[in-house]
Amino acid sequence: MIDVVVLFFLLGLLAGLARSELKLPPALYDSLSLLLLLAIGLKGGEGLARQPLLPLLPQLGGVILLGMAQTLIGYIALRRFGRFDRANAAAIAAHYGSVSVATFAVGVNWLNVRGIAFEPQLPIFLAVMEVPAILVGIVLARGMATKTDWRRIAHESFLGKGVVLLLGGMAIGWVAGPEGLAPIRPLFFDLFKGVLAIFLLEMGLIVARQTSELRRRGLFVVGFGLIMPGFSAILGIACGMAMGLSVGGLTLLATLAASASYIAVPATMRLAVPEANPGLSLAAVLGVTFPFNILIGIPIYHWLASMLAGGNS
Amino acid sequence: MSLEIEKRVLLTLVTEAVVEQSLLADLDRLGLRGYTVTNARGRGNRGVRDAAWDEAANIRVEIVCKRDLAELLLAHLRDHYYANYAMITFLHEVEVMRPEKF
Repeated sequence: MIDVVVLFFLLGLLAGLARSELKLPPALYDSLSLLLLLAIGLKGGEGLARQPLLPLLPQLGGVILLGMAQTLIGYIALRRFGRFDRANAAAIAAHYGSVSVATFAVGVNWLNVRGIAFEPQLPIFLAVMEVPAILVGIVLARGMATKTDWRRIAHESFLGKGVVLLLGGMAIGWVAGPEGLAPIRPLFFDLFKGVLAIFLLEMGLIVARQTSELRRRGLFVVGFGLIMPGFSAILGIACGMAMGLSVGGLTLLATLAASASYIAVPATMRLAVPEANPGLSLAAVLGVTFPFNILIGIPIYHWLASMLAGGNS
Repeated sequence: MSLEIEKRVLLTLVTEAVVEQSLLADLDRLGLRGYTVTNARGRGNRGVRDAAWDEAANIRVEIVCKRDLAELLLAHLRDHYYANYAMITFLHEVEVMRPEKF
């Protein structure tokens, strides 16, 4: 049975494809993404308060390497098989090495609906995995020695909206604990699904807008948008098994690995590698990978995780 | 009573919202004292930019200044932004009161 929030995505997609005049105010989209980021952060922080933090450090190192490896592999595939120039290959690869909050939220919801638990550090992974791919992507496009304004890039990536809200929410959840969070629970936790549903409605509209771009870009972009997440998911599961995550945690890490950024990375890459065509990356990420992940990918990643690690769930 | 009115130019540029911070920092550095930024929507040779979300968002920056400064700014925009960003610019002659502000 398809999750109800995904039905909202399909509604948005159909409305967009049919050129309905449906349009959500931009401020609402911003507000909803703020709520989702904070809710994910708070939930993670609440869980983290119950366990020691030090053992997490090697795991964070692991997911950073995972993001960097994905970017490199994507870059090589795009250069060799797609014959993309350096700037475009690096920019697209950076999108795929980074992560998507919306995809993660759908994954969390998918697990919640089925009563499958996952580790509280997964939201930290989400925050940590956003940035390394951006840095690798810029180095791939530019080399180390050039006049890239690293201070501006660091400011853009480490203090971007996503990282600040996720880590900030996590800090608040960690400090406040379950009792402190009780008064705001109705807004952030009870309404999570409703917020996600409306957010996905807007995502459907955004995805629908990519179709004409996609039609111009041809089969390679579609193929890359489908194969890369599958490959990344397997890398993610391998990485998660090395950390000893549960099946729920493996599913989410695979989902994170498979997801591709469409907010933080496009904005930063636009500034750092301006000659790369942003339409190309977004067509692949939004037109192919995002819908694939939320419609088909997540159940497949869960199935894979159960098959590979069924023993230690 | 006679009004003190002088000629200046209005430089308008419409571009991607993503460059706002870096653009305004450049304008400051080149000696500009004031500008007005508004969100904008429209269509051009880079497709419909409807401001529905960040990547497709546009801004319009309006600058009133002396002609020589406007030309300096335009040269800078041409060298640093025209090639890779969606951007259009145009100049108007305008008349202003309180010319010391511009």
